Amino acid sequence: MTTTQSILNGDRLALARLLTKIENNAPEGRDALIELFPHTGKAHLIGVTGAPGTGKSSLVNQLALHYRKTENKKIAILAVDPSSPFTGGAVLGDRVRMRDLSGDEKVFIRSMATRGSLGGLAQSTANMTQAFDAAGFDIVIIETVGAGQSEVDVAKLAHTTLVVEAPGLGDDIQAIKAGILEIADILVVNKGDRPGVENTEKALKSMLDLAHPTERIFRHHGSDMRITGQAQKASNSLMWIPPIKRTISTEGVGIAELVESITKHAEHLRISGDWAVRDRTRLQVELEALIQSSLMNHFREEVSEKKFNEVLEKIIQRNISPYEAVKMLMNGRLK
Amino acid sequence: MTDKKIRVLVAKPGLDGHDRGAKVVARALRDAGMEVIYTGLRQTPEMIAEAALQEDVDVVGLSVLSGAHMALAPRIMELLRANGQTHVKVFIGGIIPDEDLVRLKEMGVTGVYGPGASTDDIIRDIKETVAG
Repeated sequence: MTTTQSILNGDRLALARLLTKIENNAPEGRDALIELFPHTGKAHLIGVTGAPGTGKSSLVNQLALHYRKTENKKIAILAVDPSSPFTGGAVLGDRVRMRDLSGDEKVFIRSMATRGSLGGLAQSTANMTQAFDAAGFDIVIIETVGAGQSEVDVAKLAHTTLVVEAPGLGDDIQAIKAGILEIADILVVNKGDRPGVENTEKALKSMLDLAHPTERIFRHHGSDMRITGQAQKASNSLMWIPPIKRTISTEGVGIAELVESITKHAEHLRISGDWAVRDRTRLQVELEALIQSSLMNHFREEVSEKKFNEVLEKIIQRNISPYEAVKMLMNGRLK
Repeated sequence: MTDKKIRVLVAKPGLDGHDRGAKVVARALRDAGMEVIYTGLRQTPEMIAEAALQEDVDVVGLSVLSGAHMALAPRIMELLRANGQTHVKVFIGGIIPDEDLVRLKEMGVTGVYGPGASTDDIIRDIKETVAG
């Protein structure tokens, strides 16, 4: 049986091995993804992001438990933790908070390291969600690294993005900065039993009240990626206001209400046409990334390392600027 | 261009709550450039085998300080095999009496490390067995 067949039949070992091949950027991984791609597009991708220590993993654990108890859905979890910038190694510890999920055949947890990527996800995270999608998982939860202010890639990948906050992590000036709070479809105030929870909620609420219904435009490769067209017009009349949900994930408090909001958001996406818009955005991002890497590979094949190093040496000697170097290396083929 | 990393599951089976050693080893393997999945305390053999499968690891490192290694290790080896993960190498660290060492090796355990073992040795052994 081919890898693709095994995966479509629900073979967990075949899936686990494919995920490794995708992560390692191996040719077999790419070949399998080509065959699996027609089977994708069904799963609800839920992104979970927020600062380190806000309780993302515990929350993901509770979300998955709730889905398993109430809706009998197949759940995949892709948990991303950072790689060391020096050694390339990583300790991936998200499973520690997810022990309640073990022994359930319909849950699949995979840890992955960023391997040098910056936006809060790894390069291959999107492709790994595709493998889960094709394998018939109804919900794929993507947990980002402990994110700071600008790790917003997950919003380009997920249908529904949860931003997890906890009391005591910053004053209201943090709430009006650009970045991570803007990408939230749902704001979660976790550790709701901690002092200061009301203040955190208040700061987030005033931030939301100030927010005007804006178009979602992603800066991508230096150019604006605007989500427009019919769907955008339709969605303006049905604007989604991110709800603020209080949870205590270690005790499961507020989880049912949070899941209700996630379900409502998915319905909103379908009614407003935003589901298709986000699908388009995601695939556009993927296509552009692939074009970029294939141009880079093409360049490496065309220009010898010797030539590249000669030009680099000229830059280091301050004989030419990097801009002039690009012109020389491209031989006028590209502007 | 492929980018292969050694993936290791570091697990604490059984009931002892001493995970200092496991964490020291996890950190050392990280610094050696490996990707270490840490599972936390009090894992059953079933939980460990399941995690090893989902994470498609090359190596499973078990830390056992309770003396229950002769009950836990064979069960984990059996489950790994039943799941089709015959290529996974198993290493054990803990308080292991000499007479058990031989039997563990016979069962297919690749390496056993007692108190005072150097993390450099563990790293070298893992790299050698995964490469070979």
